[in-house]
Amino acid sequence: MEFNGKAWKFGDDVDTDAIIPARYLNTSDPRELALHCMEDADALFSQKINKGDIIVAGKNFGCGSSREHAPIAIKAAGISCVIACSFARIFYRNSINIGLPIFECDEAREIQTGDIIEVNAVTGEIKNHTQKKKYRAVPFPDFMRSIIDAGGLMPYVARKIKE
Amino acid sequence: MGMTVTEKILAEHAGLDYVEPGQLINARLDLVLGNDITAPVAIGEFKKLGLKRVFDTEKVVLVPDHFTPNKDIKSAEQAKVLREFAREFKIKNYFEVGRMGIEHCLLPEAGLVLPGDVVIGADSHTCTYGALGAFATGVGSTDMAAGMATGEAWFKVPESIRFIYHGKMLPWVGGKDLILYTIGKIGVDGARYRAMEFTGEVIENLSMDGRFTMANMAIEAGGKNGIIMADNITKEYVKKRARREYKIFTSDEDARYAEIIDFNVGDIEPQVAFPHLPEKTRSVRQAGKVLIDQVVIGSCTNGRMEDLRVAARVLKGKQVHKEVRLIIIPGTQDIFRQAIREGLVEIFLDAKAVFSTPTCGPCLGGHMGILAAGERAVATTNRNFVGRMGHPESEVYLANPAVAAASAVAGRIAAPEEVAGDGI
Ligand code: SF4
Repeated sequence: MEFNGKAWKFGDDVDTDAIIPARYLNTSDPRELALHCMEDADALFSQKINKGDIIVAGKNFGCGSSREHAPIAIKAAGISCVIACSFARIFYRNSINIGLPIFECDEAREIQTGDIIEVNAVTGEIKNHTQKKKYRAVPFPDFMRSIIDAGGLMPYVARKIKE
Repeated sequence: MGMTVTEKILAEHAGLDYVEPGQLINARLDLVLGNDITAPVAIGEFKKLGLKRVFDTEKVVLVPDHFTPNKDIKSAEQAKVLREFAREFKIKNYFEVGRMGIEHCLLPEAGLVLPGDVVIGADSHTCTYGALGAFATGVGSTDMAAGMATGEAWFKVPESIRFIYHGKMLPWVGGKDLILYTIGKIGVDGARYRAMEFTGEVIENLSMDGRFTMANMAIEAGGKNGIIMADNITKEYVKKRARREYKIFTSDEDARYAEIIDFNVGDIEPQVAFPHLPEKTRSVRQAGKVLIDQVVIGSCTNGRMEDLRVAARVLKGKQVHKEVRLIIIPGTQDIFRQAIREGLVEIFLDAKAVFSTPTCGPCLGGHMGILAAGERAVATTNRNFVGRMGHPESEVYLANPAVAAASAVAGRIAAPEEVAGDGI
């Protein structure tokens, strides 16, 4: 699977309140959450992006609360994947569970807003077409691959329950 | 090679004699928790499986505490999803308004979490229960759904960092200051993916309430769990509450740690975390002149009896500054009642504070004290991210209950001794 899109760059420690502020958590409707995606980091974000665009960030992306609404809002907004130097633990887990592709890559620091990025989800190769550079993401452990391949945790569990 | 307390609990729940950091395991769960924000998503996922029952009707806990008593129609709809699910699936531990409290104050108080347990909660501050010597960690709604279905969850065994606290605590210093200071030193991702094990003579003498505050904020350093080995103080706490057997685990002498960090608490003054990260700590005396509009004393971090007592000690006979709103929220109904019995509520009302029913409320900018643009609050809560308590241009300063109460009186961030002398 491949992702192609324009990069939107954020800094270190982007927290879940910035990704989806708690004041909107009185709903769990993905379409509504998408409208407020990244709002407290960039008020007009949801209007500026195009389908397939990519969020790029520094270390500890998604720190803070366990709200799955955060990766859900990003996915529903049309972002194809997130690349960061590192992810906060619960966000990492949630993204895999709901099927939002995420890539851990220290060289993500070099990527700038507006760069055209291509990610190969299988090999973990990231191409920065604008800067003409290549980076490599950390591959997923096999166990997580099997969750991703099943289409998320629930389809994986459904299959296990049947067995 | 020995094992840490975290490794031992995980090994036991995975049916293994031995585990080591990095190992992926499937562990049996003693409790699965969700609230009015996260459980509706989990329930939606759970229902897709078409199951007739949850893995154990006594081991699923649902607490509508974030936007309750319902703040608006949307919140009411979410709370209704929990209520109806609880009825349909015969969930024993559903806590309706009137019985409800902030989940992480309520579960230990109700004896639902015990030493040696493995608990997942669709709430990041589930790590609070590590104070009881349990392995407890926050997960998302899908993990909660899978947990309700199977009674199991997968984990990567974390490396542990051992924190040792020794020396004598200064006046007005509590668990909040120890953990804020620690986060200030290691940063908001200083313990990312790792277990934070809190040890040393200071911890051995720390009250349960102080321990809950410390374990609560492990996630604020990125920790997977925070843990304090159960001892006599723990046993005393669970004695009246436990309705089942439990097991105490302790770290081996030769357990391996990714890091060992030593603190002399004699160096730790009351702390304040400045906007917009919990790691931006300073001692209160170095805060400078920060004028404030609101003070919140409450939350799963500092909404317990000891916290209210400390606040009352500062507020007794004083008045909240004319330009400040002081909002005090007890963690549970029992804490509410006890605060009345001890005359604390009287002290709060005399000081012109607001005292409310238990709720998360303003802690996450939900209701009951939202900040307008440009406003500043001192809060005993655990997060001061942008927009956490309201407008994206408002600010939250984290502190212990004594500093919060003193600041409410002074109208600016103030040290407790400025308002109440040495206190202890
Ligand atoms: S009190 Fe605050 S941090 Fe604690 S569970 Fe409620 S919202 Fe979360």
